Amino acid sequence: MKTFLPLNRNLTQRLGFGLLTAMTLATVTPIIAVIAYIIIQGAPAISLEFLTSAPYNGMRNGGIMPAIVGTLYLTIGTAIFSVPLGVAAAIYLSEYAADTWLTRTIRIAIINLAGIPSVVYGLFGLGLFVLFLQFGTSILAASLTLSIMTLPVIISTSEEALRAVPQSFRTVSISLGATRWQTIRRIVLPEALPGIITGIILGLERAAGETAPILFTGAAFFLPRLPGSPFDATMALPYHLFVISTQIPEMPFQIQYGTALVLIAFVLGMNLVATVIRSRARAKRQW
Amino acid sequence: MKQTPLHLLLLIFLLTSGCAGSARAQNSPASLASESASAYIENKGSDTIVNLALAWAERYQDEHPDVRISVTGGGSGTGIAALMNGTVDLANASRRIKTEEIETARAKGIEPVEHIIARDAIAVIVHPDNPVSQLTLQQISDIYSGKINRWSEVGGEDRPIVRLSRETNSGTHVYFLETVLRLGQKDNKTLFSTDTLLLPSSEGIIHEIRHNPNAIGYDGLGYVPKDLKVLAVAKEPGGKYILPMISTANDKSYPIARDLYMYTAGEANGVLKDYIDWILSDEAQEIVSELGFVPIVKYNP
Amino acid sequence: MESQLTWQEFIVTRVIKASGYSAIVFVALIFYFLLREGLPTLAEVPFGNLFSTRWYPIEEYYGILPLISGSLVVTFGAALVAVPFGLGTAIFISEIAPRWLREILKPLVELLGGLPSVVLGFLGILVLSPYLRVLLDLPTGLTALAGSLLLGGIAVPTVVSVAEDALDSVPRSYREGAWALGATKWQTIWRVTLPAARSGVLTAVMLGVGRAIGETMTVMMVTGNAPVLATKLSSIFSPVRTMTATIAAEMGEVANGSVHYHTLFFIGMVLFLISLAVNITASAVVFRQQKRSERVLS
Repeated sequence: MKTFLPLNRNLTQRLGFGLLTAMTLATVTPIIAVIAYIIIQGAPAISLEFLTSAPYNGMRNGGIMPAIVGTLYLTIGTAIFSVPLGVAAAIYLSEYAADTWLTRTIRIAIINLAGIPSVVYGLFGLGLFVLFLQFGTSILAASLTLSIMTLPVIISTSEEALRAVPQSFRTVSISLGATRWQTIRRIVLPEALPGIITGIILGLERAAGETAPILFTGAAFFLPRLPGSPFDATMALPYHLFVISTQIPEMPFQIQYGTALVLIAFVLGMNLVATVIRSRARAKRQW
Repeated sequence: MKQTPLHLLLLIFLLTSGCAGSARAQNSPASLASESASAYIENKGSDTIVNLALAWAERYQDEHPDVRISVTGGGSGTGIAALMNGTVDLANASRRIKTEEIETARAKGIEPVEHIIARDAIAVIVHPDNPVSQLTLQQISDIYSGKINRWSEVGGEDRPIVRLSRETNSGTHVYFLETVLRLGQKDNKTLFSTDTLLLPSSEGIIHEIRHNPNAIGYDGLGYVPKDLKVLAVAKEPGGKYILPMISTANDKSYPIARDLYMYTAGEANGVLKDYIDWILSDEAQEIVSELGFVPIVKYNP
Repeated sequence: MESQLTWQEFIVTRVIKASGYSAIVFVALIFYFLLREGLPTLAEVPFGNLFSTRWYPIEEYYGILPLISGSLVVTFGAALVAVPFGLGTAIFISEIAPRWLREILKPLVELLGGLPSVVLGFLGILVLSPYLRVLLDLPTGLTALAGSLLLGGIAVPTVVSVAEDALDSVPRSYREGAWALGATKWQTIWRVTLPAARSGVLTAVMLGVGRAIGETMTVMMVTGNAPVLATKLSSIFSPVRTMTATIAAEMGEVANGSVHYHTLFFIGMVLFLISLAVNITASAVVFRQQKRSERVLS
């Protein structure tokens, strides 16, 4: 112990708390500053025309609609592949798996998938989906790549949500004669649903904002028309922002900030929805 | 019923995916051969050419609504590699295709055909407040290879020189390496100094130079905005210092001027041939000079 | 009726079990692919070249050391930022902040984690690097420092979330016991709560570091991408080139099957192995902590 003089201890505590408060402020202020700055600089560019029309004059005029639509397509594509697989895997880990070395290996695998750099996913997606399976630079290849990347997030959060459901629910159900799957389907899954949905949204939010995995698996600089099939390439918001902020001379700053604003609005909007679902579910919880 | 939300979600996903995916065959270059009602051209490659290619594509599609052209950058190397992988119809390159690349293409059964579609002068640029206005080719080479490190050595202020360059996949980078660093000599093995900043795009270079008085960079004339300072370059020490512009690029008095290329897999035919012919026409070449490049045809504005 | 239920259930159960194994399948698939396309490098590029200090693939210089050093410098700098600020904020949120403040701060920090890296890189070019150049009188602001600051910012939310969860799960009785013995809140935090949450906090740090090593777009836009080997501490004020930026910048131009192609996959393999090592170490630490606490509590 430091000393038995209460004055000295309290001083240390005051200083310590002050330091931590300062650190938290230093962490939180840039977040607010960044978002505020983008909103201020980008808001003038936002209009209905900006959001619904295509770019022209080398992207310096017009809107970013194809990029918005492209990001939507990619997000939906990612959801199609990662949600069923991820939730099923979570159900397995939470309801079926015993504590064997196999299960532990699966968990380590999930942690590893979560840690793989996004550009390595891009490399993998290029090698497997674009070249080997010959899907070409397409929405399909990009979605598959993004969905493997999103899998660990969905699996972990879904598993947590399933585990949070009290064991008593399951016991009662089984004692009434239901099978394990019936229990899961009718009791556990619905109770865990808000948590699962939160996880899905957070995972998809990350997929929507990533550039490196789609760089060579599906993103295009300029397409004359919207993609018509999963085998087409597409424009996408994060790649579009990258391109207009680095490739095009005399690109009006307002459009750059406007695009950044739309992207973070999309991503943070999803974040907000997930947070709301999570807190409302926590309040309504029956246990 | 508590299960409805999950089923509903899955249903929504499936429905929207149905909209996104129709049973369309994959767009392949082979579809170009037929004079189909809706033809598709995949154009990819040089970041130097990309804005020009985009302007061309926009104008051409306005006049020929049945043709669709998609344009992507990535660097000359990217375009040529894609041509050899069979994923694009038209590759843009701001440098000549290399012998190794031709061999690789032939090994895959592709004979690359070269089309010169414009010319370009490479401007050497510095911050507007930089007192230096002219350099010889040798001095530029020494700056970039690391032999000269301070502006005072070439008549400027006592500041460190920050070298900016395009990435190695850029045709502009390769051209600069061969023509400036190596002075056009085939057996010269000079390399960029390792602390040269390799920026992924032209705008990165422009932006840094605009803000940094220590910086020197190079890029196609079409990318240099009016507010940056362009250096006059002399081919030999003691020679005349020439500024880059359309006239000096065409009469070859400016030492750092080059041809810009588009490559096709084999001879172009059908819609692709029409497009390339149009690119060589007056109308398209007018766009070339509007964007700051050098028209291939003697176009007098 | 009953047989139909069993038949359905049988299929569903099989599908679920298969999905469970899918994670292992994917990791193995990625590893296999990286190996398949990356190992030929060892045969094609002589060791002296591969481990030299010059990376210039278009002239056949495949020295990956500058790239590895670039990633290490930026990650080290990012850790210097993310660990203190991340842990400090986590402790604040978990131990000091009143409940209402906690409910605001947690989502706010998560918000930062959701910001796409390309947006931060974009701001980095426009705002941060000119500012750094002027502030620190550097030749250029496009440096490892700019990358570290932004990456630290990206890693902080990860560190905060995981550390805060870890601190939160320390039983209240630990703290109350310390208070009852006369310790101040501050002393309790440092001598009781933090050590008890040690494994979770360590995991938080490792996950944050893992996130920093793997970042691509931000570093590609603000670190200058110069393949210089870092030799002294001041290298953080110079431009560097990371492994991730190299792959992203050069991936598109490589012809399928060329030496350059294999080398990029080799770098990808190195990245994969590094993140594997970080994760396995973190898991092992947690596992050992768990065993120890199980022994203590039993």
